[in-house]
Amino acid sequence: MSDATAGVPAVGTNQIYTLHVNGEDRDVSDAWVGESLLYVLRERLGLMGSKGACEQGECGSCSVLIDDELVCGCLVLAASAVGQQIVTIEGIAPVGAPSDVQQAFVDAGAVQCGFCTPGLIMATHALLDRSPEPSEYEIREELSGNVCRCTGYGRIIDAVQRVSVSRRSDAASASEVAS
Amino acid sequence: MSVTVAHTLDDALASLAATPTATVLAGGTDLMVELNGGHRRTDAVVSVNRVRELRSWRHDPAAATLHIGAAVTYAELAAEPLASFAPALAQAARTVGSPQIRNAATIGGNVGTASPAGDGLPVLSALDAVVHLASLAGRRDVAFAEFATGPKRTVLQPGELITGITIPVLSGYQGYAKVGVRNAMVIATASACLAVDVPGRSVRLALGSVGPVILRAPEAEALAVAAADFEAGAIDADAVEAFGAAAGRAARPIDDHRSSAAYRRRAIEVLARRLLVRAFPGTPGGE
Repeated sequence: MSDATAGVPAVGTNQIYTLHVNGEDRDVSDAWVGESLLYVLRERLGLMGSKGACEQGECGSCSVLIDDELVCGCLVLAASAVGQQIVTIEGIAPVGAPSDVQQAFVDAGAVQCGFCTPGLIMATHALLDRSPEPSEYEIREELSGNVCRCTGYGRIIDAVQRVSVSRRSDAASASEVAS
Repeated sequence: MSVTVAHTLDDALASLAATPTATVLAGGTDLMVELNGGHRRTDAVVSVNRVRELRSWRHDPAAATLHIGAAVTYAELAAEPLASFAPALAQAARTVGSPQIRNAATIGGNVGTASPAGDGLPVLSALDAVVHLASLAGRRDVAFAEFATGPKRTVLQPGELITGITIPVLSGYQGYAKVGVRNAMVIATASACLAVDVPGRSVRLALGSVGPVILRAPEAEALAVAAADFEAGAIDADAVEAFGAAAGRAARPIDDHRSSAAYRRRAIEVLARRLLVRAFPGTPGGE
């Protein structure tokens, strides 16, 4: 890069760069800067929860949040995500203490082979954060970027609706306690 | 290979001037597919989707125009307040990919990739959008119809960046319709945008995925203008039939792995008729 780009952070070949993942700064070293975020998460940072299948944004199994937006990790150039807040499935809840969405997927039988599950959990959290009481149509549309070849989606929709209902009743009982 | 993350337009243009062969990265939904698959090599990437100037939009009520920055995403186009200013663009945006794709993919990327199947592009064609370009050497505006010269080929010069588009805010129906193999996450087999300007007494029809670039259907447009009752919002059934046929004649489809030319032409006839009936629901015997 010439002086014309002074002040612009440029990441060169094999240069170390830092990503902010699940609340921690993680250095990425010995990596080609053309690698996708999905590849860097799995192969450089050891975060295997995000799954790689199509690597062209079709299947959603690599879904992550970047600055609170749900995106496909395979379509993010990792080195371009410097300075952004990245949340992966590992950042949703600690092992052994599942989030309400994760528990609902287990309870509803929405997990079969499990490959699509991390992406669907990410997409469901994003959906319910934005729209706490989605219609079935809205659930189907909002999860349309996450392909599941086992369940036929019925139990996944059931799981999403269970979380919506339980969050509503939790909120109602919390306000009763408050009053 | 180097990656530069630009935060201001000046940063982006300086980086592109320093490395005119650099590849511009916006939402990544086209470029990353090519990089992941090893179908593309590049020495330098300039990421522009965090450039403030490109992330903004501006409605000018006096001029009745809407300026949309190149890095505005499809998710933003599909939602209010932008959806009311450009209803057909919002409809097209809703058909793009999935929520994950719409959160990343940008209107500028759609214009720059210049795929004949780009979902936003028939809308920009029907609305006679202006494409704004900038480089360190200066700025220029290009009519949308002049921007793409072929499939994935454009008049964009090395060092030049798409900064945004401007479209008119029209008074009248506008809609986008698309045929694909499923409802989500699908590339258009054929698509069409119809936009009516009631005060201007014009009907615009643009066709996607049926030619090397987005096509307009001037014969169909003239036929609709002659036959339509703009005040009553009505048009007779014979004119609707003729409109569909003229739209089909304007298409220049090919056979490829996604569909046949014959199916695509037929789809255009149906989509064009359907959109015209939606625009003029007073059609005798309409849907």
